[in-house]
Amino acid sequence: MSVLIFAESNNGKFKKSTLEAVYYGSKIAAQLNTECITLADGSLDAAELSSLGKFGAAKVVTVKHDNLQHLDAKAYTYVIAETSKKVNASVIVLSYNVTGKAVAANVAAKLKAGLVAGAISLPDTTNGFVIKKSVFSGKAFAYFNIKTATKVIGLTPNSFQAIATDATAIVEALDVNVPADQFSVIVKETIKSSGTISLTEAELVVSAGRGLKGPENWGMIEEMATILGAATACSRPVADIHWRPHGEHVGQTGITIRPNLYIAIGISGAIQHLAGVNQSKTIVVINTDKEAPFFKAADYGIVGDAFEVVPKLNEALKKYKAASH
Amino acid sequence: MKILVCISKAPDTTTKIGFTNNNTEFIGDKVTWIINPYDEWYALVRALELKETLGGSVTVINVGLVDNEAILRKAFAIGADDGVRIDANPTDAYFVANQIAEYAKDKGFDLILTGKETIDYNGSQIGGMIAALNDVNYVSLATKLDVAGTEATVECEMEGGSEIVTLQLPAVISCQKGMAEARIPNMKGIMAARTKPLQVIVAAASESLTEIVKYELPAEKTGCKMISPDNVDELVRLLHEEAKVI
Ligand SMILES: Cc1cc2nc3c(=O)[nH]c(=O)nc-3n(C[C@H](O)[C@H](O)[C@H](O)COP(=O)(O)OP(=O)(O)OC[C@H]3O[C@@H](n4cnc5c(N)ncnc54)[C@H](O)[C@@H]3O)c2cc1C
Ligand SMILES: Nc1ncnc2c1ncn2[C@@H]1O[C@H](COP(=O)(O)O)[C@@H](O)[C@H]1O
Repeated sequence: MSVLIFAESNNGKFKKSTLEAVYYGSKIAAQLNTECITLADGSLDAAELSSLGKFGAAKVVTVKHDNLQHLDAKAYTYVIAETSKKVNASVIVLSYNVTGKAVAANVAAKLKAGLVAGAISLPDTTNGFVIKKSVFSGKAFAYFNIKTATKVIGLTPNSFQAIATDATAIVEALDVNVPADQFSVIVKETIKSSGTISLTEAELVVSAGRGLKGPENWGMIEEMATILGAATACSRPVADIHWRPHGEHVGQTGITIRPNLYIAIGISGAIQHLAGVNQSKTIVVINTDKEAPFFKAADYGIVGDAFEVVPKLNEALKKYKAASH
Repeated sequence: MKILVCISKAPDTTTKIGFTNNNTEFIGDKVTWIINPYDEWYALVRALELKETLGGSVTVINVGLVDNEAILRKAFAIGADDGVRIDANPTDAYFVANQIAEYAKDKGFDLILTGKETIDYNGSQIGGMIAALNDVNYVSLATKLDVAGTEATVECEMEGGSEIVTLQLPAVISCQKGMAEARIPNMKGIMAARTKPLQVIVAAASESLTEIVKYELPAEKTGCKMISPDNVDELVRLLHEEAKVI
């Protein structure tokens, strides 16, 4: 038996969400007294591959194929399902990021395994295999019991912090031949989003809404993001009127995030907006209107004009950053 | 183009969420139910647009009990040609996907569209499961979809950006914002909806692989600490020392 984690990389390095998934998977392996194995792209360099040992992988098995460089739900599903059979996996863990959402359900159905789509806890195995997940767009939690022998877990990004040790993993190339008919998509164009930090992975997010009056006023928001090393986000109307790119739109109809810190500037806090951000660990709201609903969901609030508060806050943050280095 | 659109029922976004029976059951009786927004605004409307340009038909399908017929009729009012309700309680994602996959497998649908996720259980799983069960191609989180002959061109979300890909039909595609603009049913549509065919089918033998054992409401925020706009240094201090997030 083993716990198998699907690893994903970007520019030759494992993604942060992957390190979280490996760490999480290693905890489950310890719970079940079994081996933690990671499936990774065989074209990565050896040092990077074995570095997954730091986060708890005992072994890294690799599969190599040129056409696996791009997400292809069918081909990825094939590779993960085949690998899971070879390593006799009883639990398969994927980060429930965009890739995980494309692949986890297919893997689960192929293996007829129960799936928790968006886990935020380790399994409780005292009575079944019970995992907590956020439901109703962050307004509640549900505990799902997986009833099948093989289990698939999609882990919500940013719900576990990967802690490194100095262990290394053994790396072993696996012989998985992907039949040509398993490749289903041809990539015509790849469009990278403008921000340097991916919104779903970001630990700190600076977000602004219609209170900012116009796209020309986003300089101070981007400045705050740069000072903090944060990603930028926005409310829906702001994306709809093209003040900001759609990829930044968070909420019910946009992206759901759960950063450590969400700073909302000139956003009223409509329920549809909150749906995408209410799982943030700490929320700061800056708004001229002391009645703005967002304050009810916030940890820290400043009633004030963004055009006065934000520049001052940026100076204070710069001062703090300079002192802390 | 023969298109099947998977329609689910969800509580209106502003619903207050509560549980009963020792936190094992969602209180659904006072809830305003709507078509899951992604299914209605994006999957259904894009299906109708494709039909309008390429010809064909748009069938809507729901796995649910008789109360769910209201949302199928609403889909008719927006423009779907006919509908299928698989008469079963949708107990888990695999069960639902299996029902739809069983129904669809020998009907020759070129496209099966789903929403990106339901706004109650936020799973994002049904589409992928249908694709795997029927061994057809799958693209998730699509923001644009076009079809020419037997080939679909899809723009979809990717980690760190987006991608434009092509794939062969038949295919399952999960749809999100960008795909189409919501349509409001007009009087003619509402009248026509009453007489459009709605077939009720007995559920296929299947099982649930997961079950919800308990619900929980999040801890209330303990209250927002207000900081004077003239004292932003205090906010920085609190974020560092108290919240420990910077
Ligand atoms: C079905 C549905 C789905 C939706 N999905 C989403 C979604 O995914 N995401 C989303 O964000 N919205 C969504 N919405 C829209 C949502 O209901 C709100 O309309 C939207 O979030 C409001 O955006 P906003 O806060 O930027 O603007 P507003 O509501 O206009 O708020 C602007 C705020 O800025 C404050 N302000 C003004 N001037 C200043 C200043 N100088 N300094 C500081 N503060 C100032 C105001 O007091 C106000 O609180 C959805 C709506 C529906 C019906
Ligand atoms: N009971 C159901 N009947 C028909 N389609 C459904 C049902 N539940 C979910 N779907 C479809 O599957 C999509 C994704 O749902 P989920 O995987 O539950 O988040 C929804 O947007 C619908 O298109």
